Amino acid sequence: MEAYISLFVKAVFIENLALSFFLGMCTFIAVSKKIATAMGLGIAVMVVQAITVPANNIVYHALLKEDALSWIGIKGVDLSFLALLSCIGMIAALVQILEMILDKFFPALYHALGVFLPLITVNCAILGGSLFMIERDYNFGESVTYGVGSGLGWALAITVMAGVREKLKYSDIPAGLQGLGITFITAGLMSLGFMAFSGIQL
Amino acid sequence: MSAILNDETKKVLTAPLVNDNPITLQVLGICSALAVTSQMSTSLIMALALTLVTAFSSAAISAIRNHIPSSIRIIVQMTIIASLVIVVDQLLKAFAYDVSKQLSVFVGLIITNCIVMGRAEGYAMKNPPLESFMDGIGNGLGYSLILIIVAFFRETLGSGKLLGIEVFKLTKDGGWYDPNGLMLLPPSAFFIIGLIIWSVRQWKPAQAEKVEFKIMSIAHGEGGHH
Repeated sequence: MEAYISLFVKAVFIENLALSFFLGMCTFIAVSKKIATAMGLGIAVMVVQAITVPANNIVYHALLKEDALSWIGIKGVDLSFLALLSCIGMIAALVQILEMILDKFFPALYHALGVFLPLITVNCAILGGSLFMIERDYNFGESVTYGVGSGLGWALAITVMAGVREKLKYSDIPAGLQGLGITFITAGLMSLGFMAFSGIQL
Repeated sequence: MSAILNDETKKVLTAPLVNDNPITLQVLGICSALAVTSQMSTSLIMALALTLVTAFSSAAISAIRNHIPSSIRIIVQMTIIASLVIVVDQLLKAFAYDVSKQLSVFVGLIITNCIVMGRAEGYAMKNPPLESFMDGIGNGLGYSLILIIVAFFRETLGSGKLLGIEVFKLTKDGGWYDPNGLMLLPPSAFFIIGLIIWSVRQWKPAQAEKVEFKIMSIAHGEGGHH
């Protein structure tokens, strides 16, 4: 249990996907102008991340890993080079299914998240989470924890960023630094702040 | 040469360098630009990989653009890009294993790099293969340019070396340069890109963004004097 809590805290704060691995930066910069939309996207990322990382974990361990096909009698086959293709296919398919399920059963949630869902397929935070899971060889339990944790970390980062940017638009910024430039500098300062967590060990 | 490089080709090849740079103006592909730049060698490999993937995926997608039903075009584009990235990934693992370990997941993340998708969707779907190929190379070069500038500052200031060769002699080896540790950490990449964007927009004011709220200047006599 302790290992899981430690992994969770690590995924949310210390190895924050947005601020220390720079994943999902394009959407992080583009959709962080208002707190409400940023939070919507953050929640969508968290949900998708919590589903796709464990799903990819199952596929990787049951089909792609070296000797993983031994349960149907094929030995000595290593398909791990297909991991990239299977991960992105899995993500695209799951996002599509999620969209349909939400549309059918939770229309209100669908309208809140709807516009962000297609964006998520090409969000590198999602693919990055799955690839980190493969690289670090997480088991199923760890992959669930990592999926939820890293999604939450990303959501936290974009919400905080939107909060800062909402205040920032009233300040007097040099012409060339307007918009994108000052957003990068702000993200840098936030990343510096998040580095303060790096000493924490549980 | 001039037969191949007509005006359109020249335009798509050079415009992305400064005037329409994918990172500083189109805000695409920033993730990897920040993550791999703490060393010059990883940045160069990454730049090369991305340029090749963008060029060949644009060419391939453009070649079959009239046969892709528009409802499944994203999946088709994704499959082509992912297959090319697998090729690059396997080549790196075979011939440059150390670099591929350092780049870790970021080679795989070329798949979701918005530059590749953005050019496929924005240019290759509407233009013939050769121009699309050149457009891919051009945008790849624009990306590479930023990557190399960032890596140059981060590696020289952060560890006193460039491509592993000593530039500044470090104090711990009896030299004069005390390395700036911040340059090796994530935040410095944000600062450097922010500053690059600032300088480019200072140089080309047309790229600057409009102000949402203008600060009114204070009239004289209302606290303006000191």
